Amino acid sequence: MASEPNDILNEVTQSEYKYGFVTDIETELAPKGLTEETIRFISSKKEEPPFMLEFRLNAFRRWQSMKQPEWAHLNIPPIDFQDIHYYAAPKKRPELESLDQVDPELLKTFEKLGISLEEQKRLSGVAVDAVIDSVSVKTTFSDTLAKHGIIFCSFSDAVKNHPELVKQYMGTVVPAGDNYFAALNSAVFSDGSFAYIPKGVRCPIELSTYFRINAANTGQFERTLIVADEGAYVSYMEGCTAPQRDENQLHAAIVEIVALKDAEVKYSTVQNWYPGDKEGRGGIYNFVTKRGICKGNHSKISWTQVETGSAITWKYPSCILQGDNSVGEFYSVAVTNNYQQADTGSKMVHLGRNTRSTIISKGISAGRSNNSYRGLVKITKRAENARNFSQCDSLLLGDKCGAHTFPYIQTENRSSVVEHEATTSKISDDQLFYCQQRGIDTESAIGLIVNGYAREVLSKLPMEFAVEAQKLLSISLEGSVG
Amino acid sequence: MLLHINDLHASINGKEILKGVNLEVNAGEVHAIMGPNGTGKSTLASVIAGREVFEVTQGDVVFKGKSLLDMPVEQRAREGIFLGFQYPVEIPGVSITNFMRTALNEIRKYRGLEPLSGAAFLARMEEKKKLVEIQSKLTNRSVNEGFSGGEKKKNEIFQMAMLEPTLSILDETDSGLDIDALRIVANGVNALRSTDNAIVVITHYQRLLDYIVPDIVHVLYEGRIVKTGGKELALELEEKGYEWIKKEMEGR
Repeated sequence: MASEPNDILNEVTQSEYKYGFVTDIETELAPKGLTEETIRFISSKKEEPPFMLEFRLNAFRRWQSMKQPEWAHLNIPPIDFQDIHYYAAPKKRPELESLDQVDPELLKTFEKLGISLEEQKRLSGVAVDAVIDSVSVKTTFSDTLAKHGIIFCSFSDAVKNHPELVKQYMGTVVPAGDNYFAALNSAVFSDGSFAYIPKGVRCPIELSTYFRINAANTGQFERTLIVADEGAYVSYMEGCTAPQRDENQLHAAIVEIVALKDAEVKYSTVQNWYPGDKEGRGGIYNFVTKRGICKGNHSKISWTQVETGSAITWKYPSCILQGDNSVGEFYSVAVTNNYQQADTGSKMVHLGRNTRSTIISKGISAGRSNNSYRGLVKITKRAENARNFSQCDSLLLGDKCGAHTFPYIQTENRSSVVEHEATTSKISDDQLFYCQQRGIDTESAIGLIVNGYAREVLSKLPMEFAVEAQKLLSISLEGSVG
Repeated sequence: MLLHINDLHASINGKEILKGVNLEVNAGEVHAIMGPNGTGKSTLASVIAGREVFEVTQGDVVFKGKSLLDMPVEQRAREGIFLGFQYPVEIPGVSITNFMRTALNEIRKYRGLEPLSGAAFLARMEEKKKLVEIQSKLTNRSVNEGFSGGEKKKNEIFQMAMLEPTLSILDETDSGLDIDALRIVANGVNALRSTDNAIVVITHYQRLLDYIVPDIVHVLYEGRIVKTGGKELALELEEKGYEWIKKEMEGR
């Protein structure tokens, strides 16, 4: 039964951004600025093999010749890329055997976020690869996973311990020069997660990573690579909350997913970076490149995202459907309030025969925010009998926000079927009155209606995430009416 | 006295709809308010519930000794006022279960009660569903979404049963119902009659009153209650039509 949301709504509707605190951990910073020297510094700090340094330098050269894209429906203040630290790490990187050895400050941070590792371990059976300031501190459940031959570790560890896998797949889905922000990430990425599920293995637990930006003026450049070998299955959860800051912070991540024959990968995100204050000051700039390739026949990749945070979001989780009969899915709820801007959507590129894709996008705009859906459905010549269904709904709260839809459809194959549905609606006075007449106050009523509107997407999230997502929807719409 | 309406005037967009309504309702009573279309019946229901589009320009509405006029809609509901809607609105994606649990717990909180446990809540759902012969599937569906006319009205009475209000105002609950649904809805309402609560039924047909037998019948005409009587008044109206009232009023 969908029970708790109501209590949760009550509990959360009064708070400001809850996760605005700074943990006092000594950090080691790279000097500000971006040069070849910076990149060599990062690479040597991380004791990387030569192929990684080569990859980074190549990406850096590509980046230098590129320009920041301007096609999105976003108003992006100029970013001074030389005024950013490109590396920050907790100074003492502990070799840990148990949680007792974790920096107590860090544990406190987790507790404030409600994601204490201990609780995670004990209660939910979720393996957590916690990333704080770009370096993984603790990976749990590796033993359980190891039994199945599953590799789940920080990206840096993967580079050290499984260089052949990293070398084989890194940059094959998102090439170093794919776009401006992907090139930047490829040059300076700090850390992230790596998962490999071997042939025929169904990962018994949800893999989960919590990201967190923690040092002032630190751009964070996560890089995640997930490889599901033939017949493998994995569900991966990414969640983030960030501490409150006055100055803007740049975040440019890359996620690459490879699904081989008969493999399935579910990737779920709850994104709650600091959105800036009510006047639009501060907040995270979130430029993310997420892409998966259904490389083998009958493979499937599914993206589910709940986006409530960041001052600016630029993000299009995509699927390349290369294998015949492969399936791509994108389920999204994007909320913008106050002065937030989001330009988000998906790309479904149909290469194989009988490939199918679904896009369900639910935008919610409030305050003076702007929320855009941008999506591409491309059906190539070879993709016989390809099918796509897209549904893009926009919900408006108040009369000062904007909702926009930019669907692009390209078909080169007559046997394909592409459907696109779109709606725009408002929460009606009748709906509010109906709820109020049953004793539910305005804020709770909005939370209820918005969660109902997004239910189709929320229901795709793993249980552990759904509750948090419902909370976030309500928190981020606080004060948006009346 | 449960409800005391005194010289109530209300208007919408500057147009006066209620022009001095007086009404007294005691616990244990069932009142029927009848009258032709456009005379202010639904407006009266909305004003009691607190709908903001209507402006009260004069008079007062007192419920259990407290004036309602300064209370927000949800507070009136928590005080025990229930409105059965003529056109229940759809809320996509919100299950009736979730909706009712939220509402019930908000009301309980207002009254200083602990939230109902999941098990107790579900037991109550089961019990109340039977009152209006709701199939269990209905409660997993979104509030009113894709419901037939009959299902919507059953759902209203189901909610009334769940929330146990002291004063229920049923606005044209009979409209759009076939005879079977009408009987089910009426049986549900009758089962909820008690000496502690009161029900005000708004309708323009006698038909509903064959099933829900009122203690007192009022005729609302041009924003005022112009006639009050026993249940036989409804029969008289049925026989003579509203023309009779109109003529009588003009003759004055």
